Amino acid sequence: MSRYIATRAIRGANALVTEAELMLNKALKEKGEDTPVSFPNTAYYLPTILGMTGKSVEKIGDLRPVMQQARNMLHLIPSESKWTPYLGETLDSGMATLLAAETIEAVRFVYGLQPEPMEGFKLAGGTSFTSPDANNKEGSNGHDAHLNGPIDDIQLRSWGIQLVDGRMPGFAAIVGCARSNAVAVKIVRELQRRNILCFLSGNVNGRSIIHQLREEGVELGYDTYTVPFGTDTISAIYALGFATRSALTFGGLKPGMSREILLYNKDRVFAFVLALGEVDDLKYAAAAGAINFGFPVIADTVIPEILPTGVTTYEHVVSMPFDTIEGKDELEKAERLVQKCIEVRGVKVKVSNVDVPVPYGSAFEGEVVRKADLRVEFGGKHSRCFEFLQMAKLDEVTDGKIEVIGPDFSNVPAQGSTDMGILVQVAGRTMQQDFEPVLERQIHYFVNGASGVQHVGQRDIAWIRISNMAADKGFSLESFGKILHARFHEDFGAIVDKVQVTIVTDPKLHTEWLEKARTAYDFRNKRLADLTDDKVDEFYSCTLCQSFAPNHVCVVSPERLGLCGAYNWLDCKASFNINPTGPNQPIKLGKLVDMKKGYWEGTNDYAKIGSHGVIQEVSMYSIMENPMTACGCFECIVMLIPEANGVMVVSREDTAMTPAGMTFSTLAGIAGGGLQTPGVMGVGKYYLISPKFISADGGFKRVVWMSSVLKDSMADELNHVCQREGDPDLLDKIADERKVSTVEDLLAWLEAHNHPAMAMEPMF
Amino acid sequence: MAKKREIQEYSTDPAAQQMLRRAEELALGTAFTRADNMVPCNIGSAGMCCKQCGMGPCRLTKNGEVGVCGATLDTIQARNLTRAIAAGAAAHSDHGRDMAFLLKATAEGKAEGYSIKDVAKLRQVASYYDIRVDGREPQEIANELADLYISQFGQQRGEVVPARRAPKKRQQLWRERNVVPRGVDREIVEALHRTHIGDDQDHEHILEHAIRTGLADGWAGSMIATDVSDILFGTPAPILGQANLGVIKEDMVNVVVHGHEPSLSEMIVAASQDPEIIEYAKAAGSNGINLSGICCTANEILMRQGIPAAGNFLHQELAILTGAVEAMVVDVQCIMQALVGLAQNFHTKIITTSPKVRITGATHIEFDEHKALTIAKQILRTAIDNYKNRDRNKTFIPQIKQDLIPGFSHEYINYMLGGSYRASFRPLNDAIMSGRIRGVAAIVGCNNPRSSQDYLHNKVVKELLKQDVLVVQTGCGAIASGKLGLLLGEAGLSEVGPGLKEICETVGIPPVLHMGSCVDNTRILTVLTQMVEEGGLGDDIDKIPAVGLAPEWMSEKALAIATYCVASGAYVIFGGASPVSGMPDRVSDRTRC
Repeated sequence: MSRYIATRAIRGANALVTEAELMLNKALKEKGEDTPVSFPNTAYYLPTILGMTGKSVEKIGDLRPVMQQARNMLHLIPSESKWTPYLGETLDSGMATLLAAETIEAVRFVYGLQPEPMEGFKLAGGTSFTSPDANNKEGSNGHDAHLNGPIDDIQLRSWGIQLVDGRMPGFAAIVGCARSNAVAVKIVRELQRRNILCFLSGNVNGRSIIHQLREEGVELGYDTYTVPFGTDTISAIYALGFATRSALTFGGLKPGMSREILLYNKDRVFAFVLALGEVDDLKYAAAAGAINFGFPVIADTVIPEILPTGVTTYEHVVSMPFDTIEGKDELEKAERLVQKCIEVRGVKVKVSNVDVPVPYGSAFEGEVVRKADLRVEFGGKHSRCFEFLQMAKLDEVTDGKIEVIGPDFSNVPAQGSTDMGILVQVAGRTMQQDFEPVLERQIHYFVNGASGVQHVGQRDIAWIRISNMAADKGFSLESFGKILHARFHEDFGAIVDKVQVTIVTDPKLHTEWLEKARTAYDFRNKRLADLTDDKVDEFYSCTLCQSFAPNHVCVVSPERLGLCGAYNWLDCKASFNINPTGPNQPIKLGKLVDMKKGYWEGTNDYAKIGSHGVIQEVSMYSIMENPMTACGCFECIVMLIPEANGVMVVSREDTAMTPAGMTFSTLAGIAGGGLQTPGVMGVGKYYLISPKFISADGGFKRVVWMSSVLKDSMADELNHVCQREGDPDLLDKIADERKVSTVEDLLAWLEAHNHPAMAMEPMF
Repeated sequence: MAKKREIQEYSTDPAAQQMLRRAEELALGTAFTRADNMVPCNIGSAGMCCKQCGMGPCRLTKNGEVGVCGATLDTIQARNLTRAIAAGAAAHSDHGRDMAFLLKATAEGKAEGYSIKDVAKLRQVASYYDIRVDGREPQEIANELADLYISQFGQQRGEVVPARRAPKKRQQLWRERNVVPRGVDREIVEALHRTHIGDDQDHEHILEHAIRTGLADGWAGSMIATDVSDILFGTPAPILGQANLGVIKEDMVNVVVHGHEPSLSEMIVAASQDPEIIEYAKAAGSNGINLSGICCTANEILMRQGIPAAGNFLHQELAILTGAVEAMVVDVQCIMQALVGLAQNFHTKIITTSPKVRITGATHIEFDEHKALTIAKQILRTAIDNYKNRDRNKTFIPQIKQDLIPGFSHEYINYMLGGSYRASFRPLNDAIMSGRIRGVAAIVGCNNPRSSQDYLHNKVVKELLKQDVLVVQTGCGAIASGKLGLLLGEAGLSEVGPGLKEICETVGIPPVLHMGSCVDNTRILTVLTQMVEEGGLGDDIDKIPAVGLAPEWMSEKALAIATYCVASGAYVIFGGASPVSGMPDRVSDRTRC
């Protein structure tokens, strides 16, 4: 740390800690010790404070010792001459800055000043603020007229699988204001193209990159991987709260394990700080805090550099003055700047080169095309859209052939709708028919990667929208083919040698192929229904999450998919074929030990190896005995309610209170981290409809409570399960958060609805 | 008589040169001039003189010659070296023992003025030995630790416990070679026994025990001394201090503490800040009390309290020559008997304090840890009472002093490289792996009037810095660099190669880190161990690019230190004469662990 940086950072830290103390004292006086403080939808209290100090801050008074700790970590600025060392002192001051910044944001929440209001601003997906309801007016999604503030646990977990499997390499905390609006857009686009999350905060002379992007019409929010925290530097603390929670959620680390949490981030979370524009004292101070996490700082201005390594993996502070970057124009300079950031952090990034006229990358997967921006849609209410992937013999497929049969959409009126079918034929020596649905499901992700294109659903309920922006730039029907051809080769090159795509809009052919596709869907459904655990002799391991949750291992069977919901048995099988040394390995079942509870010698042996000895045995079908562990990206949590002799199922999307007295976020802390906790399990939601769903403990009839979002979104599947279980009205007997949020109410409900669990044998 | 040297040949330190000129004017002798007059015995200095029994002394001069008993040159040299190592280990370890007793007395509340200042270090050290720390008062922990440490000296079997803090691989090697010390005293006694007439007469076997004795110093006696000093007086952290004779003040009562143990000097520091004592000093016509140190006592209070160092070993007489020192308070080790005679030319009182050390003609005020503060005050009053006897015509204080930043304990080095949350040796290992710095050199040891004072120290240090080698120092070597201004952050920007400069600039460190007194060389062992544990440079100390140098050594302690450093896997180079110059090849073969 050069003495210059140390001086500025320590000065900034002293100033911010003092500011935080003043704000805290004011709040203590005006609001009182016991006024609750919290960030929305998180079980991790004020996450940075929780992680670093182990303190669960629940009310204003709890912040007092936190600020005392921050104060104790401050140091004097180094002398002009005969200085004592300053690196350790600066890093400590940086940590004090983070504690102070989180304290300030917490106090601002108390005063209703967070999330930061911004007139007329609309978030493209963001943290749900259940209260105060100021922004939740009728017809609004709660995402209007304010920036995002902290990222909530729900979003953290739903990004979880992408973070852990490397699709999302990390995040960039962008602080300040870019050289121009065009540069701001370019930087964000370059990062999005690499699937790097962008967290935006800070300003230079009152102008923030958030203003710049907004002026250029860039959508900001969860959906676009570009989250506006706030227009001051203090809000950058939310990035570190996110980082801290990654370690707590996926790393199995406990609050207060500060060193481990920081090292986890250094080693596993590929994040960096990009400081745009002038770096002031506070930015230096916050950067010193970020360096504790192993996150380097790259500035586009002239600042002293810190090149030796150690606290971070590569250089600590790098200066890349924008004017001195080589490049024919600002945009090329911006691109180089982003490349430098990635180099300094050592992020491994895979960029898809897809030849379409719009930006492409998974960062655009969540983009929504709204009615107002819509050029044309396929599927939905007014037309039919389907996609169908088939394998063919090698000589029947011409690689790279893209054919559009029927009219393009030039004659379809604006915001109009038309029928379309996407037929993909693939061929490869190791391709198997079983992989067809695996590959077909990828069409959703591949198509969604194009900016200005939205894809929902699958098979014959696919629904695709193209925005005016994309259409204006020349996105055509043929573009779908180009995307699919490029991405299937890139991601599935090991099993796919040739890819040919046909886009059908011709009405006659459309009908014809839709019929063929439906026949194939039926065939696959039957195949899937027949594919039961007792019909195979191997399951698959899934250790994708081990980069984040080092001791967790999923055992994926035909009747139990991975807890993230993203990998079923066929996916794993395909994945193994693609990468024989990858995270999905076949587990030979070997000798059956107990069919009811689901023990095989092979699965037990593997559990030991895969968990590095943490877990000794794993039961495939029981929640009560050696249940499967979880990383942190499960879709829902199943938890025993002892009084009800049954279990509840809480969805990740449900923020309400449950009869267990805890919200999803709090429960997730118990379920995650690779630990075996009898009575608690994180699962994929489609496991609920499996005949093997906690079959050792009585199966689906044990479900006494379930988040309404699951009941509604999976109504068809669940009703089918109820039929199968011989109790067609079972779903209505299952309580949800709309009526029941305590154990007492739950018991009354079960009594009133004559739920079968009450009469079943005791669970333990 | 050796050749009479010019004053500038005696010392490279301009303050020392001024004082030596002053000595010449007053026609007073010093160690420098005595060294000219006293030619070293070339048989003895090569370790070839055997005076182990009454049949001798046998002076062997030729290869193949044997003593009266038939002892070969190899045997005689090995025995002489081993005895020197045993004496060095004894000096350090007896210091360590006293510290352990002091810890015990403090834990029992029987040590006036002492307290446990560094509870974190106490807990850390206790945890090395599985002493329960949770839910216990510091006194309880300290009591148990003190008992354990005291027992290390008289332990007869097993292994001394601090040895388990060495890298695993090193410990295994020691066990394979059967050199793990059993107990400190036992190894020293056995060293004396084995080297008695007619005992161990296989030089390799003798030297094996020399290794064991050396390890008993480094990984027990000395390490205990450092641990306990930190626990009682605080683990050092960087602090601004000063060095050289210019710290002696014209208008104040000058008390110079000299020797090695911090137990009394810390109390003198405390007493010197007592308003009553300050008032007493002012009443005597002075502007107060000015404390300074010589030798390793200087280092102990310099790195913890910022009390200035008047100089290193060869400055002890020069300080008295200023005529401005009211009292020189000495405890143990490296105190020249010449002080008393020299002081008689001035008003200076030489006050001996250790029950183990008296010097004919000196004032003795015996130190007792049970009433240390009272004794410290008594000593200061004696000095103050002497102020009126100072002869202004005889005072001559060279106005030369240098600021410096000492205090680099291994705990602080760990902290400075990553702060409270990310403290580690990673950045240091990275810096070596990336080639920014080429390694670490520990330049330690004494002054020796047979060479020009500080010359070799400073020459070697400056050259290594230019070659991007980070230097750590203890003892008199550290004060040599301090006097030269190399212990300042500024030196890290101007005196070093480009790679080391980046590190100095990043961390804010001087290019030379002052790690303490000579007993604190164990801090260097700990640093090397932590570098091994951090990973990336190798699984044992011998894989770390580190070297130990003692360019101007003179004491037997230096030989003990060299032995435990070699046995710990470090590469060691000595300047000056070799005590075993008759068999250098065999020594290097044997001791290369």
